[in-house]
Amino acid sequence: MSQVTLTIDGKEVTVEAGTTVLEAARKAAIDIPVLCYHPELRPEGACRICVVEIEGARNLPASCVTPVAPGMVVRTNTPAVREARRTNLELLLANHPQDCFTCERNNNCELQALARDLGIKKVEVKGVRRDLPLDKSGFSLVRDPNKCVLCGRCVRVCSEVQGVSVLDYADRGFEAMVYPPLKRPLDQVACVNCGQCATVCPVGAITERSDVDRVWEALADDKNHVVIQVAPAVRVSIGEELGMPPGSITTGKLVAALRRLGFHKVFDTDFTADLTIMEEGHELLERLENGGVLPMFTSCSPGWIKFIEHYHPDMLAHLSSCKSPQQMFGALAKTYYASKAGYSARDIFVVSIMPCTAKKFEAARPEMNSSGVADVDVVLTTRELGKMIREAGINFAALPEEAFDEPLGISTGAGVIFGASGGVAEAALRTIYEVVTGEELKELDFTAVRGLKGIKEAAVTLKGRTIRIAVTHGLKNADNLLKKIKAGEADYDFVEIMCCPGGCIGGGGQPIPVDREIREKRMSAIYAVDRGMELRKSHLNPAVQELYKTFLEKPLGSKSHELLHTHYQERSRV
Amino acid sequence: MKAVEKTAVLTSGTVPKESLEILQKYKGGKGALIPALQELQANFGYLPEPVLEEVAKHLNLPLSKVYGVATFYAQFHLSPRGLYVIRLCTGTACHVRGSGAIMQKIRSELGLKPGETTADGRFTLEPVACLGACGQAPVMMVNDDTHGRLTPEMALSVLESYK
Ligand code: SF4
Ligand code: SF4
Ligand code: SF4
Ligand code: FES
Repeated sequence: MSQVTLTIDGKEVTVEAGTTVLEAARKAAIDIPVLCYHPELRPEGACRICVVEIEGARNLPASCVTPVAPGMVVRTNTPAVREARRTNLELLLANHPQDCFTCERNNNCELQALARDLGIKKVEVKGVRRDLPLDKSGFSLVRDPNKCVLCGRCVRVCSEVQGVSVLDYADRGFEAMVYPPLKRPLDQVACVNCGQCATVCPVGAITERSDVDRVWEALADDKNHVVIQVAPAVRVSIGEELGMPPGSITTGKLVAALRRLGFHKVFDTDFTADLTIMEEGHELLERLENGGVLPMFTSCSPGWIKFIEHYHPDMLAHLSSCKSPQQMFGALAKTYYASKAGYSARDIFVVSIMPCTAKKFEAARPEMNSSGVADVDVVLTTRELGKMIREAGINFAALPEEAFDEPLGISTGAGVIFGASGGVAEAALRTIYEVVTGEELKELDFTAVRGLKGIKEAAVTLKGRTIRIAVTHGLKNADNLLKKIKAGEADYDFVEIMCCPGGCIGGGGQPIPVDREIREKRMSAIYAVDRGMELRKSHLNPAVQELYKTFLEKPLGSKSHELLHTHYQERSRV
Repeated sequence: MKAVEKTAVLTSGTVPKESLEILQKYKGGKGALIPALQELQANFGYLPEPVLEEVAKHLNLPLSKVYGVATFYAQFHLSPRGLYVIRLCTGTACHVRGSGAIMQKIRSELGLKPGETTADGRFTLEPVACLGACGQAPVMMVNDDTHGRLTPEMALSVLESYK
């Protein structure tokens, strides 16, 4: 790559050719304000907040779409630049509902931050406000088009990262807005509820559907025995949501906070992640031995499940029949745990804390009621849990470390790595190796499947049989991989697929903002938790062993099929 | 787009056969989208929703993109058009000379919002930015006929003559 030298605010900067002026300025420690730009998406040049002066240019170019040129002289902080940015922002603000007090994104809003940073002194109050209906049709997300600033980030993440393309601009001029196709409500289009649009939206125009009030109500009702499960990725992100640095490991404080919120039992989805390995690992071995459909795809990511149901229904037979750990937990909490603790399924109220918006949809799927009632009653995202903790006035950072309750709170390091892309494959390998060879696995870290690379591959030979594994995350990557498999260009036995970039640590319910660096920090926190666990292989989990001994009998047994496995359905593409 | 009512005939999943035949001529990809939409509209008079869905499938484009393009260009219509299309100029010159009052009159008299078509399929009301006849402002076109220097009452009697 050739290098280009230019001058930005009097300083010489050398960057690779093809870099934009915006990125070059960032390298020189100059933060040009942006709104539609997002570091992980193709720049669009829609908002013109990032304008700069470039010598010889007639007007003020948008720096996010202007490539550097040799000898270019850029000024980012002149009266004309500041004035133009302010004017562009004022136009947006004049049409924007000023609902900050009651907005989901109050205090974490890029529009608010810009108003502060660009020194907006007054907002035209008589701007034209539109009064568009909110889309509350789905279980996972709410769209408030009135707050939309038409930055197009959601459009781009949905197509570029997720390959779903269910959002786009429609209409023109003043009427222009981002909509699902034919302006249908979100629950009637092929949206997978991943929430990636919500994590890149700079404002409060796409947010999760809030279920916080339902949890407060359940906690206030004496008739309920309220139990909570916490997904692997939440322990490395709830601290971040509450103001700690990204990658903070807060397992013990999280448990303590949940007890203070009033949950009767604080359990761990890691327990059913271990259980998933037992069931899914045996399912894979069975498919390998009996000529079943291969490759087998993992089934713990509900955004991915809905994606394959809509876009590759011809491949549904490849999906493992295992429910996700969240749903296995719900089914067991209302059967196994209920009878142990002397409750009926109806007495128990199951809340999940998930890094994920698609989990809300998953819990509402009609087939997820193996206990006779909904197995999981309410799903909250990491962000919603943060709200509850703030509302309750809990000083999170000052909490002591507490331990999960038994028995559904006992887990291994193999369970926690479900939270990062590659974790399910690695956890499965740790168990399958020992089940098949009968020998102890000494080297537990399968680093080939870790990290943020889009497609990761590994092969392990067990008793003369080589098992070929692929791991992918982000649905666009998954889509490409599926097309290759269909075309016969790729051949695997086992494929781990997570809907969100980086896996659950990058889920649509996780703290905002997120970028590659933050994902890396959350990811290494996950592996640090794994290293610190006494047990790191799912089949060694004593609570899982006990569960099989006294209740399920054996992996893939009839009780397992009744409670822990599920089926899928073809869904329309539009 | 107030397409909902008008396209009811076609939204029940029935895809007109001609649309499939027309689409055979077009290969997948973005370049084919606008020409395909143009030909389909020429055939049906507008672009019904099931036809848009068919376009997305056939050209292998997201429906959101097809819908976006169909609603971005003024040449495309997502609801059936009336026998007579009223194009009322709302440009500056016409506005200053009272096109707003004419718009009001037509709206209340025909019970139409801009972009809509009367229930009897006779008139479609379409505001336009400028018809290029500012000297005769305020101006209205009905199909290919231009009518200038209008008052609200005159506009109504013009429409009367198309009944
Ligand atoms: S989106 Fe931002 S600016 Fe708009 S109401 Fe919400 S917090 Fe305020
Ligand atoms: S939730 Fe995911 S699939 Fe649905 S619109 Fe947002 S980004 Fe697209
Ligand atoms: S919904 Fe959010 S991300 Fe999408 S265009 Fe509007 S402001 Fe941007
Ligand atoms: S950030 Fe550059 S145009 Fe929006």
